Amino acid sequence: MSNYYQKEIETASREEILKIQNEKIVKQVKHVYENVPYYRNLMDQKGVKPEDIQSVDDIKKLPFLTKDDLREAYPYGLLGTDLKNCVRIQSTSGTTGKRVVAFYTQHDVDIWEECCARAIMAAGGTSDDVCQVSYGYGLFTGGPGLNGGSHKVGCLTLPMSSGNTDRQLQFMMDLNATILCCTPSYAAYLGESLAERGYKPEDNKLKAGIFGAEPWTEEMRRSIEKSLGIKAYDIYGLTETSGPGVSFECEEQTGMHINEDHFYAEIIDPKTGEVLPEGSKGELVFTSLDKEGFPLLRYRTKDICILSRKKCSCGRTHVKMTKPLGRSDDMMIIRGVNVFPSQIEAVLLKEGYTPNYQIVVDRVNNTDTFDIYVEYSPEQFSDKIAVVQAQEKALNGAMRSMLGIGPKIHLVAPKTITRSEGKAVRVIDKRKLHD
Amino acid sequence: MAITQLSALLENTPGTLYQAVSTISDAGINLRALSVADTRDFGILRVIVSDVEKTKEVLSDSTICTETKVIAAKMSDQAGALKKILAVIQETGVNIEYVYAFTSPVAGSAYVVLRVDDVEGAEEVLARRGIETLTDQDLEGLL
Repeated sequence: MSNYYQKEIETASREEILKIQNEKIVKQVKHVYENVPYYRNLMDQKGVKPEDIQSVDDIKKLPFLTKDDLREAYPYGLLGTDLKNCVRIQSTSGTTGKRVVAFYTQHDVDIWEECCARAIMAAGGTSDDVCQVSYGYGLFTGGPGLNGGSHKVGCLTLPMSSGNTDRQLQFMMDLNATILCCTPSYAAYLGESLAERGYKPEDNKLKAGIFGAEPWTEEMRRSIEKSLGIKAYDIYGLTETSGPGVSFECEEQTGMHINEDHFYAEIIDPKTGEVLPEGSKGELVFTSLDKEGFPLLRYRTKDICILSRKKCSCGRTHVKMTKPLGRSDDMMIIRGVNVFPSQIEAVLLKEGYTPNYQIVVDRVNNTDTFDIYVEYSPEQFSDKIAVVQAQEKALNGAMRSMLGIGPKIHLVAPKTITRSEGKAVRVIDKRKLHD
Repeated sequence: MAITQLSALLENTPGTLYQAVSTISDAGINLRALSVADTRDFGILRVIVSDVEKTKEVLSDSTICTETKVIAAKMSDQAGALKKILAVIQETGVNIEYVYAFTSPVAGSAYVVLRVDDVEGAEEVLARRGIETLTDQDLEGLL
């Protein structure tokens, strides 16, 4: 018997869920058409009227939204209600130039936090628990989302935010934290740090961890579970749709239940945009069903995954998605931060370097390493070592302010970066996150 | 004044110095002096050669090659000769970036190569103190 936050809806029959979705989508599309001129134009261009959408089966008639739309519409173009009705802004981590900003009404925050509460309870959380939230707090959705969910469950919430490992461990041990929420790489790091300080896995009171915001493997899960003596649960979400809690794992650990009463999921062929049948591997697309501040219809996540309606032993009936199995674009997630090669290219050109570069990402001791090799151009080359070091430092700073994380810069001789059939290999990801 | 040194960027892998030196010798160019510095990711080959233009041409096919003006100050082959030169430079407050040396075909003398932040200033002071420095033309005669 699983532990639910909203049992009735989480275990509702397929028919009941469909009924709720069909009612909500009609309202949501009408709301968007009336309040979001940007999307109304897209619908008009496609010749789709709100009346054409009578059930979730009609969602496929709607136009897609992409991250490019979000950038173009920045900051208010996709706002679904008056700003005076909104109570919160969150933003994505480090993206080119214009970041994605999402707006929330109190209703939106409540839904989001409820979704996180479902995730915490699926991981065994109750009001007896002490929930240590070690995701970053601020514009990043990780901290605020799980913090809100923890309150809804009634856990004693430890709003640690990220960093300051000594304090994290001290509070974890002294205040008897039972649930840990953070990125999987930070969880692994905390596990190692405990061992370094002479603690055994059974010395802490933790029983579960809710880890997301970056890709991680099954192998990493087992290693975290062992080092902290817990059961580790995956959680998925994106700022565009709300934040963490769009989907979450139950004790079966075989995929993440999507909160279908709030989000309608489709799998499409990333090339043709055609909707694929259940069980197909393709790009995940979300349609919000009841959002006010930032309602997005058919938002293309670029995450590649598979949906499954196979009966789950936890009793939840909501569809399950696999972990993202890859991306349909070239985005990488490095230390929890979204990084596009195009951003790196932009910085190099701006700083006067050649666009001949190579990104090498690896995972050493459960932490991502991030190196950028850049070929020198004759104008930049100095035969003074101090100048070379200063150039590398300056480029690291420029990258850090664009991306939010600082890579190790290596200035190298021209024509030394590996080329495959004449074309430079831009990214070497050695992390083997996807099978 | 001063002499022209060529600096070439070398990939930090086995065999690249050999490659660069082969390229220079295959073109029939004589190496008067050579020094290699290394950073974390690459090496910098600094050479003084008999034919700057030709060396630049042959090396540029495979790497970046730039010209740098350096001072080559003559010193006698006896204790304290380098000290004397450095003392003069130190007085002027000119900063030395790097230094290396080569011998002269003239018995009993050698040259110290100095990369400084103020070439003209350093040369002027050395000249005033009677220390001989080479020009590119002198170099042609030497090689």
